Amino acid sequence: MAYSDKVLDHYENPRNVGKLDEKDSTVGTGLVGAPACGDVMKLQIKVNDQGVIEDAKFKTFGCGSAIASSSLATEWIKGRSLDEAASIKNVEIAQHLSLPPVKIHCSMLAEDAIKAAVEDYRSKKQGEEKQKVSA
Amino acid sequence: MTSNNKRPIYMDYQATTPVDPRVFDEMKPYFMEKFGNAHSRTHLYGWEAEEAVEKARQQVADLIGAGSKEIIFTSGATESNNLALKGLAGFYGDKKKHIITVNTEHKCVLDSCRYLEREGFDVTYMHVQKNGLIDLEELKKALREDTLVVSVMTVNNEIGVIQPIKEIGAICRERSIFFHTDAAQAFGKIPLNVEDMNIDLMSISGHKIYGPKGVGALYVRRRPRVRLEAQINGGGQERGFRSGTLPTPLIVGLGKAAEIAGKEMQAENERLHYLSDKLYKGLTDNIPEVYLNGDAEHRIPGNLNLSFAYIEGESMLMAIRELAVSSGSACTSASLEPSYVLRALGVGDDLAHTSIRFGIGRFTTEEEVERAIEIVKNNVEKLRELSPLWDMAQEGIDINSIEWAHH
Repeated sequence: MAYSDKVLDHYENPRNVGKLDEKDSTVGTGLVGAPACGDVMKLQIKVNDQGVIEDAKFKTFGCGSAIASSSLATEWIKGRSLDEAASIKNVEIAQHLSLPPVKIHCSMLAEDAIKAAVEDYRSKKQGEEKQKVSA
Repeated sequence: MTSNNKRPIYMDYQATTPVDPRVFDEMKPYFMEKFGNAHSRTHLYGWEAEEAVEKARQQVADLIGAGSKEIIFTSGATESNNLALKGLAGFYGDKKKHIITVNTEHKCVLDSCRYLEREGFDVTYMHVQKNGLIDLEELKKALREDTLVVSVMTVNNEIGVIQPIKEIGAICRERSIFFHTDAAQAFGKIPLNVEDMNIDLMSISGHKIYGPKGVGALYVRRRPRVRLEAQINGGGQERGFRSGTLPTPLIVGLGKAAEIAGKEMQAENERLHYLSDKLYKGLTDNIPEVYLNGDAEHRIPGNLNLSFAYIEGESMLMAIRELAVSSGSACTSASLEPSYVLRALGVGDDLAHTSIRFGIGRFTTEEEVERAIEIVKNNVEKLRELSPLWDMAQEGIDINSIEWAHH
């Protein structure tokens, strides 16, 4: 299979590879996929007081398109608000990377990973709020 | 980026092999000057073509201890497997309705069996052990009064393991059950003898042994006689088993390839053992968590199927583009399922996705093996750095303990 230049670029030079401290209350972590299915994405966001994503990191077990999708996702969500990030659609990722139909699920996984990370951050915040109220 | 102007190093000899120049030289005259139809009995053109075909038939027969009249030329091992199984079923199917095969067979055997199931046959798909080999006791238990044929491949195409063919042959002969073996990956690679091994039918391929694509053969035993219902009807060529004008140049190529394979088998195997050991050691000594798929002893040297834990196969292929290899990863298959052969071994889906098959052969050089080790070594670290599963493993988290959302 021939890969698009953009997939190759992200694969060769993946952006934002790494991890953030999961225990940090300003960090949200999304872990989606399954090893048995051949792809697992871990995407993390660090959110500032204004609710803006100031940093994002990822690690992906998967094919080149999965790696490229998650790399692109971290690039796109940096500097965005949580709502903006969560509204990114897999179609946009797939179109940007010119993914062939068999690789669409890679972009869906990236969308899920963003949503899972945002969700994780929000539930952490909610937990904190509750603690504050009860204190 | 790796250089784009250089062709990748070919390490996919189980998929196909290049034609040996000596084979090609032998074939050449039969395209232009000696183009006759081997079935033309009335002139020189036919006679010389027939002579060439008969010589090739002998060359193929010699390599497996058969008589030349027992060799039927076909278009390849897929056709041979179809003819053997459907042919037997067609001829003996009234009385014998049971077929035994193995779940790691090539798709063309499994698919032929599925077809026969729809035609009313009963098929037992034997499981293999962790090492990819069948358990002979289990085979004995699977045999029935109405078992028509046992079909077990000699060498597996994905993992290179050699099944205990001689023992299977003895078990079948004792009970007068036909024994068919798909020897596409074995013929010309390891010594085979249809008498010693009690083989009744053997499928043979040309392009796996440095011969041309589009030609193969089926060995059909004459004593005790094996009958088949022809699957291609026509002029009654090939003792009526397979009609159609014989492709003389291809057959000449198959014959020559078989002759060379016979003469050079021992030396070639020694060389391939050396290269394969070097490749295996070079990879496993330098890279942690690399696992060999299939039995370590009972295997051909040209096939090294390895799982690189925590690195998905397709991303590995992408990283090592300088090598032409194949993978058991789902992403590289049309079905998006990981290799059914590796699953049959009990290799977890996660490891099946990380498998790479290195296939080396006649034209593989030591420099190429050294280069391959270097390329893989250099990329594994980078890819594991990218892998969340590798992180978890380093932190001591068992990835099987996590509840993954399967999608």
